[in-house]
Amino acid sequence: MLTTAPTTPAFFPKWFADRQKAAWDRYLAMPTPKRGDEPWRFANIKQLDFSEFKTADATSANDLIARSTGLEQPVAKFVFVNDSLVFSEADLPEHVICLPLSEALVSHSDLVEKHFMKQETRLGSAKFAAWHEASLTNGLFVHVPDNVEVEGTIEVHHWIAGENVVTFPHTLIVTGKHAKVRVVDLFRSADDMSPGLAIAVNDLSAGPGSKLDYIAIQNFNEQTRIIQINETSTDRDASATGFILNTGASWARNESLSSLNGTGSRSDMLSVSIPSHEQEYDQRTFQHHASPGAYSDLLYKNSLYDLSKTIFSGLIFVDENAHHTDAYQTCRNLLMSDTCEANSMPGLEINADQVKCSHGSTSSQVSDEEIFYLRARGIDPVNARQLIARGFSVEVVERLKNEPVEELIIRFIDEKFDRIANPV
Amino acid sequence: MSYEASAVLDSDTQDAINIDRSKGDFTFPERNKFDAGRGLTSKTIDYISDVKNDPQWLRDFRHKALKVFQDKPMPTNWATKDLESIDFDVIRYYLSDGEKPKRSWADVPADVLETFERLGIPQQERAFLAGVEAQFDSEAAYSNVKEELTKQGVIFVNSTEGLHQYEEIFRPWFGKVIPTGDNKFSALNSAVFSGGSFIYIPKGVKLKQPLQAYFRINSENFGQFERTLIIADEGSEVMYMEGCTAPKFETATLHSAVVELVALKGAKIQYVTVQNWSSNVFNLVTKRGLAMEDAEVRWIDCNIGSRLTMKYPGVVMKGKGARGEVISIALANSGQHQDTGAKMIHAADYTTSNVVSKSISVGEGRSTYRGQVHIPKHLKGCKNNTECDALLINSHSRTDTYPAITVKGNKHSTQHEASVSQVSEDMLFYLTQRGLNKGQAMSLAVNGFINDLVREFPMEYSVELKRLIDLEMEGSVG
Repeated sequence: MLTTAPTTPAFFPKWFADRQKAAWDRYLAMPTPKRGDEPWRFANIKQLDFSEFKTADATSANDLIARSTGLEQPVAKFVFVNDSLVFSEADLPEHVICLPLSEALVSHSDLVEKHFMKQETRLGSAKFAAWHEASLTNGLFVHVPDNVEVEGTIEVHHWIAGENVVTFPHTLIVTGKHAKVRVVDLFRSADDMSPGLAIAVNDLSAGPGSKLDYIAIQNFNEQTRIIQINETSTDRDASATGFILNTGASWARNESLSSLNGTGSRSDMLSVSIPSHEQEYDQRTFQHHASPGAYSDLLYKNSLYDLSKTIFSGLIFVDENAHHTDAYQTCRNLLMSDTCEANSMPGLEINADQVKCSHGSTSSQVSDEEIFYLRARGIDPVNARQLIARGFSVEVVERLKNEPVEELIIRFIDEKFDRIANPV
Repeated sequence: MSYEASAVLDSDTQDAINIDRSKGDFTFPERNKFDAGRGLTSKTIDYISDVKNDPQWLRDFRHKALKVFQDKPMPTNWATKDLESIDFDVIRYYLSDGEKPKRSWADVPADVLETFERLGIPQQERAFLAGVEAQFDSEAAYSNVKEELTKQGVIFVNSTEGLHQYEEIFRPWFGKVIPTGDNKFSALNSAVFSGGSFIYIPKGVKLKQPLQAYFRINSENFGQFERTLIIADEGSEVMYMEGCTAPKFETATLHSAVVELVALKGAKIQYVTVQNWSSNVFNLVTKRGLAMEDAEVRWIDCNIGSRLTMKYPGVVMKGKGARGEVISIALANSGQHQDTGAKMIHAADYTTSNVVSKSISVGEGRSTYRGQVHIPKHLKGCKNNTECDALLINSHSRTDTYPAITVKGNKHSTQHEASVSQVSEDMLFYLTQRGLNKGQAMSLAVNGFINDLVREFPMEYSVELKRLIDLEMEGSVG
């Protein structure tokens, strides 16, 4: 791990340099999570030894640009290799700001300052969020002004290239009144063997009546670890959707926090994880109903293979005055091997009455009847099980209601199932 | 949204309730021959051991437990900070009138007898109780097992008598279900325990009537640390009922019991608790049952009183086909925190467990469900079902749910479901249309909410329970 303070480039505004310095001090002051810390219950603390990793410059850019294929026609496309921007193109409506963070910090300093890492990291990784804040050099800043709708999807590729490289991907999306935007982040490794580390933060701020969709596809190689911290806030009547697909990485920790700050706002928190081998996914979520009359719905589905392990810890938190809250939380685990392990901790903290809240968690295997049904139709048991697991995952993807993006995600899901069915 | 208390219930109901309330609200002059003083040191332990004439192994056990208690941190990393307001130095850890447990009513001191009289124990005994072991402060002041039971070979004595007279049955299981180091409070109990019951049901004996013990706390700042061990031998069946009421005190009292159940092959144990400590009592209890092959352990638990209750009855299903169940009702009124739950540890194939928990938060009360379900890798055919429902009555009421479910391997199924709701306006409207006032309507709705669980309680308890709930709901509605 870095032992000296990262230097903030001189051309960045002073407030940013101050923030980075303060973050570094905070990072040094905070203790590393240890066994027995409630936000790290069931977690493998050994995964938090990051001493091997250091930052690196971009390498093999052209090759990676060529491999950065996602949607057929994104409205904007950015490629980062080890946090350096190597490719960008955009065709966006007027007044939409969609810039690498390093540029936005100079050209729209005030606007970035207003929205940059405003929420406190409450789900356990505050130390790593501080490390991210102190170290980040780039990322993507999207600002959609009032009444502007971006049709289509902004696509961002984050590559890690080289051995023991740490990156700090950052995505900041802000929507004005009645604006609309959708962003897809894809996280991948340049090769299959090199260990990598990503400490990623994405902050989503949905203005009144706006619609903000954010999709993260995490498909790192199985030597890489990632901590991804998501913070979403919704203003009055806003609707925010966050989706995470986990197929890669040896260890992934997702912390997703949604603050419902406006009446009539809505937050959909979705995730599909398909761990195999010895992959471990650790997901912590928080649905914070600060305002009355808001709606949040969480659906996380895991299909576990081999020796894999998942942890789901979710909390619905309803503030004292947040009456007429509707909050739902569902975690489903499909157990595909007799050696996998699923941990669920679905939690509720309700401080108001007049609320409708529920959570559910299930863990089960594919039932024999379902397999029998498919076999009776000529499908062999291996394929039958795969088919059911696929349908189980796709149900979540379909909640996104955008066909090109759904197709993209399903492509990664199918690739993963292929790898499971045909190991090398 | 607040109504006058008097408007809620008619005068008859009020009267009925007032009688009940006064029953839990009286004390008698303290008359303690043995008093270990305040605070906890190894001297206190020696004192208790001397008074109780403990064998050497038990004295060592207590000293070791004290060490564990002192070394363990408070579990405030996950539990409420309210635990820090317990001052272990002002608590008296042992009190007793130093008299041997009595065999017949005539031998019981008059004031003690009066306490029981007012609690209604003799009547209940006449009704249908099989045996009474009532606890006054730390020693059982009265204990009576009906002849019939003795003939069947049932042992129902206090824990001190149990370990002296039946050491060969008592000792192999004592501290085995809940080891000293399980948690800080089980260690505390292991160090200073006195009182509690020891029950042994011989092979194949099925008790038709429940066994019952009433506990009371009667000395200010006095912690009650009873220790109960129930062993049901192969194929036997027993239901044990425990009810608590405590007089009101000005300073906080601590109650930290340990209850261990052992159900051997094919045995069934049901353990019923109605907890109604006064609202300054810290009730930190460790309860766990061990179920061997085809055995069943059921905890039926109702928490209405106390300032803070932390109680997570558990079942370790150690034999194939064992079954565990926790049915719990919690009612948290202003100033109360009911932190209850269940722990289901599956340790054999084809074991099944069921948890149904209902909680009601009234005023500024807070209720919490904490659960753990653990199914390890090498097993198959394990099932768990967990349901928790919470009802919020007022706008400052609070409820939390923190389950933790670990499933390894794919031959199992678990499901967990929880919901939080309030009594619907429609329902209240419907009832008020039919001439009930809003308070009565609310009481009816709340009783309806828990009705399916109340039916699991023995009849006399369910009546008592309904009345207690009416009492708690009084004046809270609006």
